[in-house]
Amino acid sequence: MLNRAFTKHFWLMLIPGLVWLFFINVLPMYGILMAFKDFNPGAGILKSPWVGLEHFEYMFELDDSSQVFKNTVTIAFAKMVGNLVVPLVFALMLNEVKNRLFGRTVQTIVYLPHFLSWVIVAGILLDMFSLHGPVNRVLEALGAEPVHFFARADLFPALVVGSDIWKEFGFAAIIFFAALTSINPELYEAAAIDGASQFKRLLNITLPSVLPVAALVGTLSLGNILNAGFDQIFNLYNPAVYSTGDIIDTWVYRAGLINMQYGLATAVGLLKSVAGLILISVSYGLAYRFANYRVF
Amino acid sequence: MVAEQSIVSRLLNGLNVLLLIAIAVLCILPVWYTLAISLSEKSYVAAGQVFLWPKGFTLSSYEAIVSDHQFFRSFWISVQRVLYASALSFLVILLMAYPLSKSAKEFRPRNYVMWLLIFCMLFNGGLVPWYITMRDLGMINSIWGLVLGGGLPIFNIILVMNYFRNLPKEMEESALIDGAGPWRILFSVLLPLSMPVMATILVFTIVYHWNEFFQALVLMTKNDHYPLQSYIRQVAVAFDPTEVDEETAKRLTMLSDQTLNAAKIFISMLPLLVIYPFLQKYFVKGITLGSVKG
Repeated sequence: MLNRAFTKHFWLMLIPGLVWLFFINVLPMYGILMAFKDFNPGAGILKSPWVGLEHFEYMFELDDSSQVFKNTVTIAFAKMVGNLVVPLVFALMLNEVKNRLFGRTVQTIVYLPHFLSWVIVAGILLDMFSLHGPVNRVLEALGAEPVHFFARADLFPALVVGSDIWKEFGFAAIIFFAALTSINPELYEAAAIDGASQFKRLLNITLPSVLPVAALVGTLSLGNILNAGFDQIFNLYNPAVYSTGDIIDTWVYRAGLINMQYGLATAVGLLKSVAGLILISVSYGLAYRFANYRVF
Repeated sequence: MVAEQSIVSRLLNGLNVLLLIAIAVLCILPVWYTLAISLSEKSYVAAGQVFLWPKGFTLSSYEAIVSDHQFFRSFWISVQRVLYASALSFLVILLMAYPLSKSAKEFRPRNYVMWLLIFCMLFNGGLVPWYITMRDLGMINSIWGLVLGGGLPIFNIILVMNYFRNLPKEMEESALIDGAGPWRILFSVLLPLSMPVMATILVFTIVYHWNEFFQALVLMTKNDHYPLQSYIRQVAVAFDPTEVDEETAKRLTMLSDQTLNAAKIFISMLPLLVIYPFLQKYFVKGITLGSVKG
């Protein structure tokens, strides 16, 4: 009864958000038509002539499309593994230190890089890894030849993955800290009385308690296998490393907004969006089935 | 036997602590290095002699920034953007989360709206259609393009919605019996109870809008409309080390004012560096709220 009277007010509350959603999230979906048209800015989307699947066919003929796809998946997969394993190991290491003040201080410090933008991190990294930068100074002191790090296509993926882990591992560990603090301390006490060593306790109590969370995090990250990190690569890459560092998102940016190939860029972006939607749905479905995880 | 074991385990624990300290140092090292560069004499930096401690200590870079009008203009744009976006997101998220926290029984269209939001969170038109839409909406060179351009913060809405759902029902029911309407319930009962989650989404919003740089590169045709991060990118990052040979690269780096850029980078990260330790308990809570659910 009362709720019926509330319905009108509920709609009023939804309106500001729905307007925002309509203009910025929904309206661009109409622009997807450009993927099937020869877009002419003068004529607008509706009046531009249809070309069917021409853009998609052209995309598969391009030499770099398979390379760009391969780069994307390689970098994204390496990040996925690294951003699961490193935070987990780090959380386990920190969990073994019983001094709370030390633990909290280290946590606060390792969260820091997460709060820096990729512009800033890239600015610092490009400087530190430049030919005359401190990293090369250290190499020099060790008697090695200086390395032009960010101009080397063979090193670029490793630098991207490494710097991403550096930036995010602390923040990604939060979820593991939460799982670790929820372990019942009586388990440890009982194990200690039974004479289990610190290592045995880690192996038989701590690890089994966080593995389900790790499995969940890993499953959810599967949906991101086409997201290699635009903000990061856009700020770090240059033409010399396109062969290993160019990813779908950076390619779409250059094709669409620099070279004005609207139709082609929209087609590639659409393909990525659809694949991403399927991947995320599958990973969420898996997480729901096996871990009873629900987003809403 | 027992003593021997404890020596090994002590050794391992000590090693563990040392490793953790090394990891922590590695996390602040780049920030520290930037600060050291910004406080050094240009010639030492260009010669690559500065690493952990400023050489030829000087504040001249920071003095030079004072007369850099574009830096201040961009800083101000970023501040405005964060303020507008925070206020707007806070209100919109709060208003949307409440009806959506109801069951489909209490608010019939709830599930349809929810699926619309989920779909929009997981699927988007892509970069080019987004740009065309923003252009047609007149968002070019407008700060509203930056405030609204990221789209509805759906993830944050879900976070707050889940929080509302976990609040005890009795709070709302007793307010109902006292004759409170939906607006009254939301603002006088639920909002005061939801400060932790609202603080969390506020942190996420502030960090996102302070750090976002790309939308301005696409939407702003003039540099004087750039927010701080886009401006920093323009002066400190968008330099291509590979188009040129080593000698030229060296010369260019000497010309590009390294100490001045370091000072700009340092100032641009300062606001977040100062506030995030105080907000730690909120974002930690937010992460666990959004990720682990039974």
